[in-house]
Amino acid sequence: MSRLSRRTVLATLAAYPLAVALPARAQAKDALKIGFIYVSPIGDAGWTHQHDIARIAMEKNLAPRVTTKYIENVPEGADAERVIRELAQSGHKLIFTTSFGYMNPTIKVAQQFPNTFFEHATGYKSAKNVGTYNARFYEGRYLAGIVAGRMTKSNVAGYVAAFPIPEVVMGINAFTRGMRSVNPKAETKVVWVSTWFDPGRESEAANTLVAQGADVLTHHTDSTAVVQAAEAKKVYAVAYHSDMSKYGPNAQITAVTHVWDKYYTDRAKAVLDGTWKPDHIWGGIREGMIAMGPFGKTVPSDVREAMLKVQGEIAAGKFHPFTGPIKDNEGKERLPAGTTISDETLLKMDYYVEGVQGRMPANK
Amino acid sequence: MDTFTQIVVLSLAAGTPLVFAALGELVVEKAGVLNLGVEGLMLVGAVASFIVAAKTGAPWLGVFVGALAAALLSLIFGVIVLTLRANQVATGLALSLFGIGLSAFVGRPYMSVVIEGIKPFAVPVLSDVPVAGKLLFAHNPLVYLSIALFVAVHVFLHRTRSGLVLRAVGESPQSARAIGYPVIAIRYAAVMFGGACAGLGGAFLAVAYTPSWVEGMTAGRGWIALALVVFATWKPWRVMIGAYLFGSVTLAQFQAQAAGAAVPSELLAMLPYLATVIVLAIISRDATAIRLNAPASLGKAYHPE
Amino acid sequence: MKLRLEARPAPSRLAVWAAPLIAALATLAVGFVVFSAFGKNPFAAFDAFFIAPIATRYGVAELFLKASPLMLIATGLAIGYRANVWNIGAEGQLTLGALAGGGVALAFGEREWPAAALLPAMFVAGALAGMLWAAIPAWLRTRFNANEILTSLMLVYVATLLLSWLVHGPWRDPEGYNFPQSKLFAANAMLPILWPETRLNAGLLLALAIVALAWLFVRRHIVGFEMRVAGLSPGAAHYAGISWRRNVWLGMLAGGACAGLAGVSEAAGPIGQLLPSMSPGYGFAAIIVAFVGRLHPAAIVLASLLMSLLYLGGESAQVNLALPSAVTGLFEGTLLFFLLAADVLVNYRPRIARAAKRA
Repeated sequence: MSRLSRRTVLATLAAYPLAVALPARAQAKDALKIGFIYVSPIGDAGWTHQHDIARIAMEKNLAPRVTTKYIENVPEGADAERVIRELAQSGHKLIFTTSFGYMNPTIKVAQQFPNTFFEHATGYKSAKNVGTYNARFYEGRYLAGIVAGRMTKSNVAGYVAAFPIPEVVMGINAFTRGMRSVNPKAETKVVWVSTWFDPGRESEAANTLVAQGADVLTHHTDSTAVVQAAEAKKVYAVAYHSDMSKYGPNAQITAVTHVWDKYYTDRAKAVLDGTWKPDHIWGGIREGMIAMGPFGKTVPSDVREAMLKVQGEIAAGKFHPFTGPIKDNEGKERLPAGTTISDETLLKMDYYVEGVQGRMPANK
Repeated sequence: MDTFTQIVVLSLAAGTPLVFAALGELVVEKAGVLNLGVEGLMLVGAVASFIVAAKTGAPWLGVFVGALAAALLSLIFGVIVLTLRANQVATGLALSLFGIGLSAFVGRPYMSVVIEGIKPFAVPVLSDVPVAGKLLFAHNPLVYLSIALFVAVHVFLHRTRSGLVLRAVGESPQSARAIGYPVIAIRYAAVMFGGACAGLGGAFLAVAYTPSWVEGMTAGRGWIALALVVFATWKPWRVMIGAYLFGSVTLAQFQAQAAGAAVPSELLAMLPYLATVIVLAIISRDATAIRLNAPASLGKAYHPE
Repeated sequence: MKLRLEARPAPSRLAVWAAPLIAALATLAVGFVVFSAFGKNPFAAFDAFFIAPIATRYGVAELFLKASPLMLIATGLAIGYRANVWNIGAEGQLTLGALAGGGVALAFGEREWPAAALLPAMFVAGALAGMLWAAIPAWLRTRFNANEILTSLMLVYVATLLLSWLVHGPWRDPEGYNFPQSKLFAANAMLPILWPETRLNAGLLLALAIVALAWLFVRRHIVGFEMRVAGLSPGAAHYAGISWRRNVWLGMLAGGACAGLAGVSEAAGPIGQLLPSMSPGYGFAAIIVAFVGRLHPAAIVLASLLMSLLYLGGESAQVNLALPSAVTGLFEGTLLFFLLAADVLVNYRPRIARAAKRA
């Protein structure tokens, strides 16, 4: 058909200068092309940075059978669909879409490309060729809370959070429970900054929390601003996503880091071996998807041991950070004693546990 | 430092970028030119200062270069508006968009770089005075600089002959030309001064307030600075008050949250913008006051022939 | 020898149409230089920017899909700009329109209303909401003399926060695991697709219809004429008894309505639900489109296609050449700068003054 041949001609014309521009790469002729879509720039730390180091690790592990390509800073919304489609169109057979907002575009493109495999992070819709994956960040938060609870002197922790979605709320609650498991007087103050990435606002929020008495800060935002603010104000900090000791050498007492290396390598291998199936993976400490960052130099050895002990229990499946009794911060019982919270309930978490100050915004 | 002192110090710091940008724009408007490109100029100042600070390890050099870069960019605005006599509103908008895009483009590789910023400086002896010490003498050096700028602008505009000439140019360029003053040259100087000040405001953000570069990091402060000039009816001391008030409103929403208030954070975040709108309405209502205080030729193209 | 600008006796018609072309070419030239400076082959960049995005039918469809909201909003804004009414808050008016149209879709989509009734209701709601949001700066200007540039702009931030609050709270999808998004719109609340296997929807037809209407209004209707006069000479307009207040209202409301319609098009088109961000800056890009299109409906259509290509090109350059996406914003600003500079040729003629005095 004329449409096809004109397209081929144009594509060939387009490909020639592109071939000149693209760097030559030594690759096996049939290398599996794997694509990554990132919602923010890779930078030096943060959500996307962790995905990218995992991408690099996967490529190293499986070279030369795979090659990867990434596109960063792709906004969620109408434009994402086009970019995902572009990756699928250009021969990428396994595509990782690393942000919740890519969920619907991923499903739509997956329908048009039934022979391509898609992996969507932190979402809940799947299809024959779409799987989802996520990590139990709350496990790391609980452990961080243990360290924070032992290190705080004012018994007030400050939490700079982006948006009240379940993942963030889970983190706040797990952190608070971890703190109070070793220090029942500790409390958490939360400030919502309504953005994932805005160092200015994150700093302002962090400084406000310090002004109100917090001496341990942590965050669920994407920049290093909170750790930097803690360093400047000489208080403690728990970093999130990545190890940020470079930004807060004295402030950081531990970090909750995301580790996607093994997962990505496994999934790529599955495609290579022809065994890929859609799945809903939610891995934690045990699966190696969460790792705790280095302890700050001021953290005493008994605190370290306390955290490592609980970490071992979580890894062995012997302890769940959300084991009843759980009361919310208005006194209502949410989980009876002796029971462990279900995944389903966790994914819809919309209340604060005891020890978190204030009321959740936009509560339905 | 107790809570109250910390909040005051934070509010002053939060208002400082507005002080820089608004004072600069005030001078520009006093000369009769409306430059809507403040947001873009601030961002260019921010990115330039950050890059220089990152590459040389000298944040003060960064501040200087940031101001210089913004002044140069405002020169483009000057050429298009003063020499080519284009529409000031459209050109200012173009400047903003261009500045936003240019800073984002140039600053990409620096998005997560860490630098040694300019830290608050406690004046020896004075800052140990009980109560007033920490309140007055432990600010960031650039905060002190902004206050010095206010004094300089006020003295210049109202106590020097050159300031009088500049104001005359803003009121009636034809008359000023008739007396023999180089209207276009004076306006160029004002525009570049305004640019440099906006650049300082941006540099403060990037190199002192939160030492970091993020695209769009001014988050609308340039536009708020423009509103502040109107709010202040073109009087420098009112600009200062407005800027610090604004700084504290922005912080107030975090204060309220940290204290446990149950208002949704988004609604609190609207406060600075709603406040600007309301204040603008109140101030502008007195058309006479506006007419009396606004430079008469503001925004109008000047045709020498 | 000095370059002087000599006023023309009458505006040059040639320059009116040549200026945008000159500006476009100058921007291209800057692009070549920028790409080379970044070590990219400028021809590869040219290809990635301008050819690759429209080399497939899907790409062409995307071009028109992205141009629709731009031409729609720019047309509305141009009506106001002609009368010196500076609506800068189209982005916020778009958001409110998406909100209102989306609200109607969410409320009535499940109730089996036929699309023929539901879609118009959504668009009417969107237009009204956009007009409401534009009415605030209009009222503040006519009643309090407050500068509409600043008030309309501040309201953009307020609108975005309002949308964010709604999708995080009251309008959040109950089955959505508490993520900030509304339910997906039902099929009867979505715009029909014009070109199969693409995303091009009937929003384009709406945009073109509005462009045609605007052309009629400006060229044929007495009020449209009066607004043009007011923009060209406020003194003459005042003398002729043309009410500046009415012009402010009309100018702002026209922009607000069009932006609101564009918001519904996005929500009922490529997005299909309400999200915290409904637009990648269309409200601001439309300002540039309005200027590049000389505030003239037909030229606005062309300008919107160019701007759309710039967006797609920037994205393609990111994908294929690893250039930062900010390159798009850079080119938008550059284009407008060059246009404004080239505009001088409309009213002034460049002359080289000789050393001898002029007679």
